[in-house]
Amino acid sequence: MLIFTCPYCGIEADETELTPGGEAHLKRFGPGSSDEEFEGYLFNRENPKGVHFERWRHVYGCGKWFHAARCTLTLEVFGTYSAQTFEPPEEIKERIRAKRPGWKWRNFS
Amino acid sequence: MSKRLGVGGQFIDRSKPIKFQFNGRRFSGFKGDTLASALLANDQVLIGRSFKYHRPRGIVSSGSEEPNALMNLGENETFEPNQRATTTELFEGLTAFSQNHWPSLNFDIGVINNYLSRFLPAGFYYKMFIHPRPFWKYIYEPFIRQSAGLGKAPSVKDTSDYEHFYAFYDLVIIGGGISGLNAALTAAESGLKILIMEQNSEWGGRCLVDFPFINEEPGLKYISRILSELRKYKNVTMRSRMMGAGVYDHGYLLGYERLNDHLSTNEGPRHRLWRIRAKQIITATGAIERPLSFPGNDIPGIMLASAVRDYATNFGVAVGDKVAIFTNNDDAYRTAITLHEIGVTVPVIIDARSSGGGELAHHAKELGIRVENGKAISKVFGQKRVKAVTICDYEKSDANKEKIECDSIAMSGGWSPVVHLFSHCGGKLKWDEDLAMFRPDKAAKPTSSDGLPFVTAVGSANGFLLMNEVLIDTLDGSRTAIRAAGGKINNKKTKEFLDKNEKAPEAIWISPKDANIKKRSKTWLDFQNDVKVSDVELAAREGFESVEHAKRYTTLGMATDQGKLSNINGLAILSSTLGKEIPRVGTTTFRPPYTPISLGSIGGSARNELFQPIRKTPIHEWHEKKGAYMEPVGQWRRPFCYPKEGETHQKAVEREINQTRSSLGLLDASTLGKLLVTGPDAGKFLDMLYTNMMSTLKVGKCRYGLMCSENGFLIDDGVVARIDEQTWLCHTTSGGADRIHSHMEEWLQTEWWDWKVYVANLTEQFAQIGVVGPNARKLLEKIGGLDVSKDALGFMEWKEGKLGKYDARIFRISFSGELSFEVAVPAGQGMAFWKELIELGEEFGVMPYGTEALHVMRAEKGFIMIGDETDGTVIPQDLNLTWAISKKKEDFLGKRAQERAHMVDPNRWKLVGLETLDGSVLPDGAYSTAQGFNSNGQRSTQGRITSSYYSPTLKRGIAMGLILNGPSREGEIIEFPKIDGTIIPAKITSPVFYDPDGEKQNV
Ligand SMILES: [Zn+2]
Repeated sequence: MLIFTCPYCGIEADETELTPGGEAHLKRFGPGSSDEEFEGYLFNRENPKGVHFERWRHVYGCGKWFHAARCTLTLEVFGTYSAQTFEPPEEIKERIRAKRPGWKWRNFS
Repeated sequence: MSKRLGVGGQFIDRSKPIKFQFNGRRFSGFKGDTLASALLANDQVLIGRSFKYHRPRGIVSSGSEEPNALMNLGENETFEPNQRATTTELFEGLTAFSQNHWPSLNFDIGVINNYLSRFLPAGFYYKMFIHPRPFWKYIYEPFIRQSAGLGKAPSVKDTSDYEHFYAFYDLVIIGGGISGLNAALTAAESGLKILIMEQNSEWGGRCLVDFPFINEEPGLKYISRILSELRKYKNVTMRSRMMGAGVYDHGYLLGYERLNDHLSTNEGPRHRLWRIRAKQIITATGAIERPLSFPGNDIPGIMLASAVRDYATNFGVAVGDKVAIFTNNDDAYRTAITLHEIGVTVPVIIDARSSGGGELAHHAKELGIRVENGKAISKVFGQKRVKAVTICDYEKSDANKEKIECDSIAMSGGWSPVVHLFSHCGGKLKWDEDLAMFRPDKAAKPTSSDGLPFVTAVGSANGFLLMNEVLIDTLDGSRTAIRAAGGKINNKKTKEFLDKNEKAPEAIWISPKDANIKKRSKTWLDFQNDVKVSDVELAAREGFESVEHAKRYTTLGMATDQGKLSNINGLAILSSTLGKEIPRVGTTTFRPPYTPISLGSIGGSARNELFQPIRKTPIHEWHEKKGAYMEPVGQWRRPFCYPKEGETHQKAVEREINQTRSSLGLLDASTLGKLLVTGPDAGKFLDMLYTNMMSTLKVGKCRYGLMCSENGFLIDDGVVARIDEQTWLCHTTSGGADRIHSHMEEWLQTEWWDWKVYVANLTEQFAQIGVVGPNARKLLEKIGGLDVSKDALGFMEWKEGKLGKYDARIFRISFSGELSFEVAVPAGQGMAFWKELIELGEEFGVMPYGTEALHVMRAEKGFIMIGDETDGTVIPQDLNLTWAISKKKEDFLGKRAQERAHMVDPNRWKLVGLETLDGSVLPDGAYSTAQGFNSNGQRSTQGRITSSYYSPTLKRGIAMGLILNGPSREGEIIEFPKIDGTIIPAKITSPVFYDPDGEKQNV
């Protein structure tokens, strides 16, 4: 039963208030993309043992989608942030660097 | 015999006798008794039969670790199986039945398995019941079903109430023994909000029995002093009869409170499940004594040494006249001394350690008790009750043999810390060689969302068994937790406690040490599931080397007690057979709950009408009054049909359809999803969401639209109306409003967040009524107001204004193929509007119709239904809806996916109509078989039925289905096998069975 702080309304939300949305920072590929690009967008996901970036929605609260950075192994949460961004904020990446030296996730580190 | 003594019993009130029944016989006990202590007080030593061999079983423990004393408790609506007699408090009128025997407890036929035990080794079921395969269904399964299972399933509905309780604490302490109470006292002035829970009714734990004095203060007084001190603090909540059931991620904790299990009444909630968030958790859960493994150690009368002195001290019960003690540690000497003090004979203390014990052993000898060091039990006489034992040298079973008479044995194999709650959420354990126990690893506590530890084990739960160590560790651990929870620390010190000088235990895993296979096959590890030393050895030899595999192969620790007594002993046997050290074999996973909790408590109040919220339309009450047969549609309840007295549902549906098609019908369509999409970019947004073009729709017009997922599959459909330049009203399916609203929000918030669009779900703001049939216009004209003539309001147009006294928005759309108006009015006007339509419609024989008539009429017209024609694998192209997919748009959700090779495969199954040759109704979901077989040897298929009804309009069965190359095979006859083996031939047709040119709806 995870707890995340919703970055929009500031509430510490129980997992029962939230709905998960899978991996964050996906780049959408539409018409005109190659089969490989589209397959990657639609099906291929990271499955890290460690740092991960996810989408969650505060569905029984303010209704907003947000992103969370957490460790899939220890469930440590490094931070939550707006879903309206292309990559995690620098301060969250900095926090992860301090706690998990050498981490890497897709293009982020 | 076991009996009540004239002295002792600090928990019982001898002035308050209580009557109860066991297996139909009347017994009497005292207030304060447990069912177990009261049974023992009445010399009821045999209390059940084991699971596999049906061997006689007696009470082993005095607490929640009990493997044997499981009862069917209560009767009828309060019946509950598998309740532990050791934790069941006695109340007036309690009824209990023992389990797993037939025809009676004393004489059990199933005991024959006992004599066959040689043929029922570990993994027996896996080995024996594989071949021949047909035997499984008729011979093996019925046999296993009859012999398996402990309690009975309840036969009537549970009438008790249960509830959930949400709570938030800075610090939660689990366990109300000396350690937990001291932890609470240490934290009381820290400024933190604290909860302390104790699973038993009495606070104090083992302190009450094992420590007559805590630094000159009697144990009982010491505990009550701390309790009254704690009660002064408003920030400390105390709950007894509440168990810490499980520790989960991020400080989530389940507490299981039993509120009236100990009362004759069934009033108020029976169990309360506390759903707690804690910043920090202290587990002060103590330790559990381990049995010793010796031949015949499962015979009734053999108990844990600590339990024997619990029954004496707490309940004034002597478990036997002559109690032999068998131990590998000093603690069991306390039992000998206690028994001696109350006048029970202790014929011998058998101490497996060659050098014997310390100060307590010395004391026992001084009392004149015979002590035999370096000895073991090699045989137990008796079947339903211990009669005597043979003792021998621990190292050599044939040396110094002697038969000693006794009717009970108190055994102690040392203590295992209760590490369950520490381990539930990832806390790691380490093996302590000296004390022969797994104890929490301080460096590997469970961590929370901040990456820091949130569970601290203290006292015996942390592996400290001596009182002084317990007190020091408790203070230390409590301060760690208080600091972590943000509380203030005080500098109080603990008073030093002078422990008796105890000698270290010696790990003995099998007794005597050289026990042969015959003896090892009589040495029990798991009493409830009948797992013996020889079974674990066999599993290891057969290659089940992982502890998790060995557990499942032998079923060790898989019974309702989850191996609280057996796991460590079994693990030790496994590791010695494998020749590995215990820590290298490791433990099985500790999973919540600590002991079983009731299913009722998990459900809480979510039962009956509170199971889930029911959504009702503004006209719901009218439907119910008219006797509508309601069906669930998502969380809505909708009329399926309105049967008249003595009318079948089928006939009612036919009547509703015939009257609608010939004159006038009314449908409560309020459940239809109504999403308002507005903003400067709303048109652009809807063009992305729908497969067709919505931005070009003219104000005042309606358009049928399809929505697909990014995978290309059809997820919803409905009519979209353009309200103004920036605003569209999107109708969704009845069950789909919330889902589609979320779908829109997701894309707006996470992909196109710079688009200026706002979505509002107006579903419940409006009542919507379908006025359907050739006389529909006449009815609306009778009400008056808005001009609804063909010229003023054409097909697929909408208009708003006054209709009679109602604020109406009228959509001229049709899902039935008839002249049809859907009229939306504010929800508050819905009922009045409906009633007026019914009243004014009387001259046309107005007929309210339900969802089934709606379904049949749409199927007659060949209209698809989301969830019937679609199942998450169907694309619009499969349903011949290519006309609704824009070719002009560069992009929409699902467009790229629909270009994938599998989606453009010409061999996809496509929508057609189907007519049986004999007019009968095809079974819904039936598959059509084709020539040949697939790679699994199954008959090939070429399609399936998606909708199938009796059409009263055509007076025959009609169906829609997805068929291989269907549309190009019109006229062909294909076969549908039924479950009974017969075959129905059906002709492929157009899916539009009724008014294919749409003349009826265009008048
Ligand atoms: Zn929020």
